[in-house]
Amino acid sequence: MDLAQLQKLATLSRLNIAPDQCDALAAELDNVLQLVDQLQAADTAGIEPMAHPLAISQPLRSDRAEAEADRSAFQAIAPAVDAGLYLVPKVIEE
Amino acid sequence: MSNWETVIGLEVHVQLATHSKIFSASSTAFGAEANSQANAIDLAMPGTLPVLNRAAVEYAVMFGLAIDAEIGMTSVFERKNYFYPDLPKGYQTTQLDKPIVGPGRVEIELADGSKKSIRIHHAHLEEDAGKSLHEDFHGMSGIDLNRAGTPLIEIVSEPDMRSAEEAVAFARKLHSIVTSIGICDGKMAQGSMRFDVNISVRPRGSDTLGTRTETKNLNSFKFMHEAIALEVERQIDLLEEGGRVVQETRLYNGDSKVARSMRSKEEANDYRYFPCPDLLPVVLSEETLARLRSALPELPDARIARLAEQFSLSGYDAAQIGGDRATSDYFERVAASADAKLAANWINGELSAQLNSAELTIEQSPIAAEQLAALLQRISDNTLSSKMAREVFNALWQGERDVDAIIDQRGLRQVSDSGALSAMVAAVLADNSAMVADYLGTPAEKRKKKLGGFMGKIMQASKGQANPQQVNQILLEQLQALEG
Repeated sequence: MDLAQLQKLATLSRLNIAPDQCDALAAELDNVLQLVDQLQAADTAGIEPMAHPLAISQPLRSDRAEAEADRSAFQAIAPAVDAGLYLVPKVIEE
Repeated sequence: MSNWETVIGLEVHVQLATHSKIFSASSTAFGAEANSQANAIDLAMPGTLPVLNRAAVEYAVMFGLAIDAEIGMTSVFERKNYFYPDLPKGYQTTQLDKPIVGPGRVEIELADGSKKSIRIHHAHLEEDAGKSLHEDFHGMSGIDLNRAGTPLIEIVSEPDMRSAEEAVAFARKLHSIVTSIGICDGKMAQGSMRFDVNISVRPRGSDTLGTRTETKNLNSFKFMHEAIALEVERQIDLLEEGGRVVQETRLYNGDSKVARSMRSKEEANDYRYFPCPDLLPVVLSEETLARLRSALPELPDARIARLAEQFSLSGYDAAQIGGDRATSDYFERVAASADAKLAANWINGELSAQLNSAELTIEQSPIAAEQLAALLQRISDNTLSSKMAREVFNALWQGERDVDAIIDQRGLRQVSDSGALSAMVAAVLADNSAMVADYLGTPAEKRKKKLGGFMGKIMQASKGQANPQQVNQILLEQLQALEG
């Protein structure tokens, strides 16, 4: 993993990586990727892809709406709220 | 004909009409106070897990059955990763490789009456995001997560449409299907159906696709038509000037009639999809499929054909009525006790005009089907002229309830007694000898427009209650007798 790839990944993940940590982190991720390479080496020809390791399917719930959410409890731990809205730094697209 | 051919494909987001969200039990009702319908799951609180709503799965399958698509008997949810404040989890739970609805087709009818089949690539289940409000928060954005987690199906068409008209016909047909089978309320103004339009142009005769742009989030058929026309023109101008089209996402503003490019960051399309470890594969049984198939309501095409056949409606009337489930339910209730042709005329005419101008749906009509039927019966039995019928209609619209009471109170009975009408006509002719002389002195082929003067005076004499068809006939007879 080179530094450009690492930087792209960091941007996508909204992670701020200090310059002096980049080399070490890239090396660590390289180790992870090597593990994946090992898995990729297994011969999977003719084997159906598996989306989940458990041989069971998704349980479903009935379509019943519960009472209103306890908004004040959730908003008590939010950094900023106004008129019932959660406030965040402005994100409008240019 | 232009040297350029337009190629259009659609991605359509349809909000499913469930009571609760796709992965949580929060209500999906529209218009609630901000964030009052966002619980711990919708807010992505740590430790919460999604539990899939059965109705969302079944509605998606019903759509697949309605368009005769392959059904994904095992479908898989994936995570589409991106950061945006109206998406608290940091990913949208959606489907990619194994969607619940596979390839199918939707038939559209074009203006010239010909039919065209539009292929559906697939339709998948996913969750809606919340809403961001960018005004009035002192440099901050306000986030309302009531919509977050509302179940959607995204329907992806093949690039099979060749004009704005075809694209709109396709969009309308999808609207008709999803509302007919009851999986979506169809309320476009509330965002229940939203359209992303992929548009490219190519030299006529070419079989390679040009570079496309995507105009996102159109929520009316009118705006969709306008946005396509504008974008096609822009692309053709660009190419004819020697430029090239850049693949990009665009936004169309229906109020200002202007589209602009939504500059996206380079990495924006790197969503790093992977199967959602919190959700197991969704496996459908043959029993579920059979149950949903047998419970599927009548589809619009079948209903249009049945209405045309059963009530001898014209193709136009049948399509106007049968394309909309609520309208056809209303029509059938009226036609149960009134003349069907008359019912179709009044529903497509007066009623639909009034509903449109009051911005009401037919389900909100102030005039119940039974009241309209009672009114139409009084037209059929000649109690009411069409002018009087409109007066009764307006009274019903204003909230009066009983057709016969309205007729009695306003003295709206049409006079159809031929003895009384003959006397009335004779009196008017006697009082207006100059007009009669003028009429008789006019060559036969020009007399027709002179009749209006007599008709006016007779209707006036009868206070508008004379049966116009009968008066017309009696008038002609009496004038002819004077001639001799």
